This record gives sequence, C-alpha cells and structure tokens, in this order.
Amino acid sequence: MTGELTGHGRLPAAFLSPGTSSFTEFLSREAPDLLPAGRALPPGQAGDLAPHGTTIVALAFPGGVLLGGDRRATMGNLIASRDIEKVFSTDEYSAAGIAGTAGLAVEMVRLFRVELEHYEKIEGSPLSLDGKANRLSALIRGNLGMAMQGLAVVPLFVGYDLAHAGGRIFSYDVTGGRYEETGYHAVGSGSLFARGSLKKLYRPDLDETGAAMVALQALYDAADDDSATGGPDLTRRIFPILHVITAEGGHTLADDIVSDLADQVIAGRMGRPDGPVAPLAVRGGADSEGGAS
Amino acid sequence: MSTPFYVSPEQLMKDRADFARKGIARGRSVVVVQYADGVLFASENPSQALHKVSEIYDRIAFAAVGRYNEFENLRIAGVRLADMRGYSYDRRDVTGRGLANAYAQTLGTIFSSGGEKPYEVELFVAEVGDDATGDQIYRLTYDGQVADEHGYAVMGGATETVTGYLAERYEDGLDLDAALRLAVAALGHSDSDDRVIAPGDLEVAVLDRTRSRQRKFSRLAEARLVAILGATPPTPPASAEPSAAPASPDDDPPIAPPVS
Repeated sequence: MTGELTGHGRLPAAFLSPGTSSFTEFLSREAPDLLPAGRALPPGQAGDLAPHGTTIVALAFPGGVLLGGDRRATMGNLIASRDIEKVFSTDEYSAAGIAGTAGLAVEMVRLFRVELEHYEKIEGSPLSLDGKANRLSALIRGNLGMAMQGLAVVPLFVGYDLAHAGGRIFSYDVTGGRYEETGYHAVGSGSLFARGSLKKLYRPDLDETGAAMVALQALYDAADDDSATGGPDLTRRIFPILHVITAEGGHTLADDIVSDLADQVIAGRMGRPDGPVAPLAVRGGADSEGGAS
Repeated sequence: MSTPFYVSPEQLMKDRADFARKGIARGRSVVVVQYADGVLFASENPSQALHKVSEIYDRIAFAAVGRYNEFENLRIAGVRLADMRGYSYDRRDVTGRGLANAYAQTLGTIFSSGGEKPYEVELFVAEVGDDATGDQIYRLTYDGQVADEHGYAVMGGATETVTGYLAERYEDGLDLDAALRLAVAALGHSDSDDRVIAPGDLEVAVLDRTRSRQRKFSRLAEARLVAILGATPPTPPASAEPSAAPASPDDDPPIAPPVS
C-alpha cells in the first residue's frame, strides 16, 4: 500500500478496475489494515484503556433536525477531555454524534464521512438518507467483536431527507441494528436523564432556537445526574456543540450563539436548579403549555 | 523462413501517437480558465449524466476529453487514490501534483507498453489555492506528458483555434461572469464562424476558493448559466469579432481584448 500512497509509479490495476462505489469495500480489498474492523484484539476486556464519550441528544423540528453533544470524555473516574468534539458533520445533509469509545468512534465517523463523499463523487449523486443510515449500520456491525470486549461505539445519526422534506433521526445498537426515532432521542451514559428531560420539553412545533434551547436543557439535566456528562463550563466558556441541518444544508451553531443560549439556561437554573416546569396535565391538545386557560 | 517486418521504434511510437491523437481530435473541446476566485471548466456537452468535468477532492477537479470509458476509469482511480490518501494521512495531504504524477505514470506506461492500446484521452487536473498564485492547472496528454498551464488551456477537438481565441482575449483577474462568457465564446469559435452554444448544451463547473465548504467544486446549473449568458443572444466577446472579414480563416487580425 505504501507504493500506492507515495505517488510513484502508475496507478495499481485495482484502482483502475471498475467495481464498487463504496470506499469501505475498496479499502477492505486493497488496504484492509486501514479499516477499523480489520483488527483483531487479544482476548480480554479493553474498555478501561481508552476515553469514552458520553451524551448525545437529537431532536427534529419543522424544517430541520438538531444534533447536540456535551464536551466531556471520561476514563474511569478521570475526565480525559473537557473540550472533545463528539458531533460531526458527515456530509452536507447529515451528521453523526458519537457515544462510546472515543478513538474508535472518531475513526468510524471519519471513515463514514469518506464513504459518503466517495459514493457521491463516483456515482455523481448522493446516497439517500436511508442508504447513508444503512452504511453506518454496516460499519457498526463490523465493530461487534471489539464492542464485546468493551470497546463499543454507539452513534446517533441525523439528517435532512430531501425526498421527504424533513429531518430524521436514527439510533443504533452495537450489533448494527438501526432504529428510526420520532421527534427526539439521546444516547450515551447520560441519555437516561437527557431523554426524560427531552420528553417533557420537546414539542413538535419548535423553531431552530427553541430546539437548541431544549437540547441545552436536556444536556444540562444529563450533566446534573450523570458524572460522565459535562455540564456548561462557565470558567473556560466551553459549551455543548450544536449542529443544525435544514434544507439549505448543515451548519454548526456559532460559539457566541450557543454561549448566549447557555447563559439563559444557567440564569434560569439559578432560580430553579431543576429547570423549567412542565404542566401537570395536558388540557385540550398537545400545545397547551401550562399557561392561563 | 519468414522474417517479421522490421518497424523502427520511431515509427511505432508515431503510429501509436497518431492513433491516440485521432481519437482525441474527434471530440469537442474542454476549456479551463483561471478567474479571480478560482478555476472554471467549460465544455460543450449536451449530456446531463455523462460528465467531462468532475470533482476529485476538496480542491481538486478533473476534466477530460476522448474516450468516455477510458477517462471514466482514470477519474474513478483518481477519486480512489485521493480518498485513500486523505483517509490515511490528512485531507490537506492530497495534492493536484501528486494526482497528476500518478496519471502521468499511468498514461506513460500504457502508451509505451506494446501490449496495451494507448489511451485516447487528454486530461486536466486543476487545484485551487488560497489565492490565484496557488492555483495549479496540469494538462496530461495520452503519452503521459505533463504540462503546467497558466491562465487558460484547451484540449480536445479544435485546440488551436480555441487557444488562439483565448490568447487574444484572456486577461488575469477576470470575474466569474466574464470568464464564463469568454470560455463559452471560445468554445463556439471556429475559423469560419462563431456559434452561440445554448446554455442547455454546456457543462460548466468551478473550483471556487470563496466557497465556505471544504469542498470547493461546484457545478453551475443551467438556470445560473442562463442568468449569466442570457437565454440565446450572442455574448459580447462574439460580437466583438468584426463581421467584415470572415472569409480568410488563418490570418485573424489582432484584436484588442474585450473591454467588458
């Protein structure tokens, strides 16, 4: 493989042969050592060797979808990183957030990103959103052996589906099982608390800023009860990463926007540490919000 | 006992070159023009699906003339090489120069090996830099020669005529609209007359350094072309041609570059 990469000599026959549009398949034939799935581990548990990423939340709103992640990576009781990025744009209309073994997860997302771009360049048109979600499934399935030794990778995949004109959310299990979620979802160690928070705060008619606010509240709640999830870091001004995808494409919300929203969340929590109150009973319809009737 | 015919190496290479050249000259030209914000590719190509200009990597694009199956193979190989290199090292480590080298080696080996038919293709590999001085345009011929082009370049059918047209009118730092008008007028230019190519028959793409995304390649859709070129009326560079002297093809009077 080194000869192919250093740029001397003609292109190897395998490069010129017609065949797959999948970068992963091409790698598995030509350079299997580059694939995360191509490695065999010695027996034993390896879960404590490397940092773990924690909580990822996603929610759909009319016209788009939002993906957010906290910034902490942990190794046992240690904080391995306080400013790790776990939310990645995978192409113009999709993004993935990762929980689990950080090193493997980042590598998997990097491969997934090349996979999507490679297909788009070779075929001349991008994969469908379902096609992308299935490719990610295959990558996770390839990691099952390592997952059983404690090196699991569990992403949350979101995208804007141009065919359906709406945002969609996919969650996965370690065997590569792919599940489409409605409305909102969370994965990672703090996901239990984030999901509870999302359940009470989510409304289907949120706008982009509202969705960002709900994501920040959910991540705050996750950090409040899960030691492995990082809350807003006020002294270092480190806040969650929020990535929004609409029909115009995807973008990560600028630092000043997120820090403004985070300051609002924190100001609210100063008065009520447990966060916004949900109404006790829903009257008349889903949209009543506990206000005066 | 019969002796095989002796063919001198010069004759052998000449025959192969003639064969390749003939195949390439049958096709329509591809024009590449440097403009203020990057590099523009234009070609007359009525097909919406079979592209002559394509994206290879973040800052690198590819254009080809000749046999479709052969340059399509080379394009896919280039995408594979670039993606593999970018994945194993870093996205910044994929360079147009490296890709042009790989293509040159490939074409050169195929051309001089007796066993294979020479490829009937010519390629452009262009890379857009952070500013105009960083732009690179490589032109690769069927025998593996590489030339470093500046400003503009043409390959395919009527190369001399189109190059001559561009040589008279090209200037540095054109904006996108002017560069597109110039490229399209050049494609429609021949010794006998100037055709106006309908926007629907054009394939135009740019490497635009001002694009906010990491991938700088984008195709100009027909609507955009119509907006820049106008629906059908001839464009200014074409009308700058004096109508008085169409008969003598070879001695084009030197004409000042268009003012627009």
